[in-house]
Amino acid sequence: MLALNLTAFRTIVRKEIRRFMRIWVQTITPPAINALLYLVIFGGLIGSRISEMGGVSYLTFIMPGIIMMGIIMNSYANVSSSFFSGKFQRSIEEMLVSPVSNLTILLGFITGGVCRGLLVGFIVAVVALGFTQTVPAHPLITLLVATMASVVFSLGGLINAVLARSFDDISIIPNFVLTPLTYLGGIFFSIELLSGFWQAIAKLNPILYMINGFRFGILGSSDIPLLHTFVVLLLFILFLGSIAMRMLSTGKGIKG
Amino acid sequence: MNGEKALIIHQLHKTYAGDVIALKQVDLEVEKGDFFALLGPNGAGKSTLIGILSSLVNKTSGQVHVFGHDIDKHPAAVRKMIGLVPQEFNFNVFESVANIVMTSAGYHGIKRSVAAERTERYLKLLDLWDKRSAAARTLSGGMKRRLMIARALVHEPGLLILDEPTAGVDIEIRRSMWDFLRKLNEEEGKTIILTTHYLEEAESLCRNVAVINHGEIIEQGSVARLLSRAMTQTFVFDIEQPAKATGHQALGDGIQLKFMDDQLEAEIPTGVPLDSVLDFLRKENIQVNSMRAKSNRLETFFLQLVDQD
Ligand SMILES: Nc1ncnc2c1ncn2[C@@H]1O[C@H](COP(=O)(O)OP(=O)(O)O)[C@@H](O)[C@H]1O
Ligand SMILES: [Mg+2]
Repeated sequence: MLALNLTAFRTIVRKEIRRFMRIWVQTITPPAINALLYLVIFGGLIGSRISEMGGVSYLTFIMPGIIMMGIIMNSYANVSSSFFSGKFQRSIEEMLVSPVSNLTILLGFITGGVCRGLLVGFIVAVVALGFTQTVPAHPLITLLVATMASVVFSLGGLINAVLARSFDDISIIPNFVLTPLTYLGGIFFSIELLSGFWQAIAKLNPILYMINGFRFGILGSSDIPLLHTFVVLLLFILFLGSIAMRMLSTGKGIKG
Repeated sequence: MNGEKALIIHQLHKTYAGDVIALKQVDLEVEKGDFFALLGPNGAGKSTLIGILSSLVNKTSGQVHVFGHDIDKHPAAVRKMIGLVPQEFNFNVFESVANIVMTSAGYHGIKRSVAAERTERYLKLLDLWDKRSAAARTLSGGMKRRLMIARALVHEPGLLILDEPTAGVDIEIRRSMWDFLRKLNEEEGKTIILTTHYLEEAESLCRNVAVINHGEIIEQGSVARLLSRAMTQTFVFDIEQPAKATGHQALGDGIQLKFMDDQLEAEIPTGVPLDSVLDFLRKENIQVNSMRAKSNRLETFFLQLVDQD
């Protein structure tokens, strides 16, 4: 079942977008308010007491990471809650009884997650424009890193939802894994501040590569070679993508 | 009917995790154009069987063919042929009625313009057109069930499968659903399989029936034949010497005699007195040593079904 069904794909994407737009108060506004708070508190209030980081003002330095955090969290949340509520309400069965291939189901959900992730990223970027008038140095790289990171976390959200048995199970990973890794992933600091040992530890964190790649796209500078960012992104997409395909084809968590 | 089979099930077996055996080597055939009941009490394995047909449950072993397509080799072809109305509501309750039907059409690869026409047609047919913009959660139980029927028909499948469509539905709604299904079968020639634990439902709607209990098909055939078999009692007479007559003999009032070496079996419709059998024995000078009633497992089964309600 590897075929791609175009009409079905469009149907899934449309349904996914309709879902997060229907509940935009829960899906779109909180990340925008979050970003605003970060920029005001860390960028404006505290940042004004910090001189520069990575050769730019502190506010400008943290801005790409704040956007990336919105993209990561919202891609994940979109697919995990949509897929899990499909399991919970059993509406996922509508897809299982239809001729839609598993690949189409996967791509449909992932595209939905990417749409939400990028929309939130865009809104946060617009909010950030009120604080720092920065134009992306490399727009295409910015978009590519954002999209690939969004795919990675959409896949993660889908796998989480397949394994989840309750709504609690889909908040554990964001709260206990994603949030800490994002904070430690160099949103607020350059890893050059860390000693050699801690730098090596920090480099085990995949989110570091995404935030730095994204920062390169916007500011033109990064702690990490751009190639490493793309290698990490690609490996994660392939790895998580094959796990997700396997789960869908065995019907794990969704078939009796 | 050209004799093509809508469904052929061969040696279908299902064991759930935890060693629960839900289906035991089930064989079943349904003709194209048939209105077929799968009759059995709760826990018999009906939903499991329906689940396997509609790709919601992985089978353990066995073969399934739908209109000639092997479910393992051509799953997509099989899914196109089947419209499922499941036992439990399984739509997103926050979606609108029209979107639920449109989305299902989209999953089946139907273009949006065609899907919109068909959505209108089937929602009107099921008396839900006025509700098209309402969120599904605001519908009554009967409307939700009709919504699932519209959704199951939108890709115009040859085989409509309904899992306990009238369980817990009040009598009026049940009757109107019966009328709708009967028309669909008679006027459009749609093959329909429904599961039920109401004998009355199978009796008034269906032509053929399979009776399932504890994961096994214990009887299948026409509803009429099944009912007459259920409504028959069998008495066994042990007789002194072999009777002159052999084979079968009819005695009137639906009584059937079956001669064996030193036994005579009499099948008597429920309510018909034994008198004519006794008269016959006396007239033929057949000496009876003992007599007993044979248990009728269909009758026992039906009593069990009735007990359930
Ligand atoms: N997902 C499942 N896991 C384990 N056992 C199940 C599952 N679904 C059904 N069963 C068991 O399989 C048997 C048949 O159930 P089911 O097919 O739902 O029967 P029916 O639809 O005739 O009421 C029952 O014993 C039931 O408990
Ligand atoms: Mg059932």
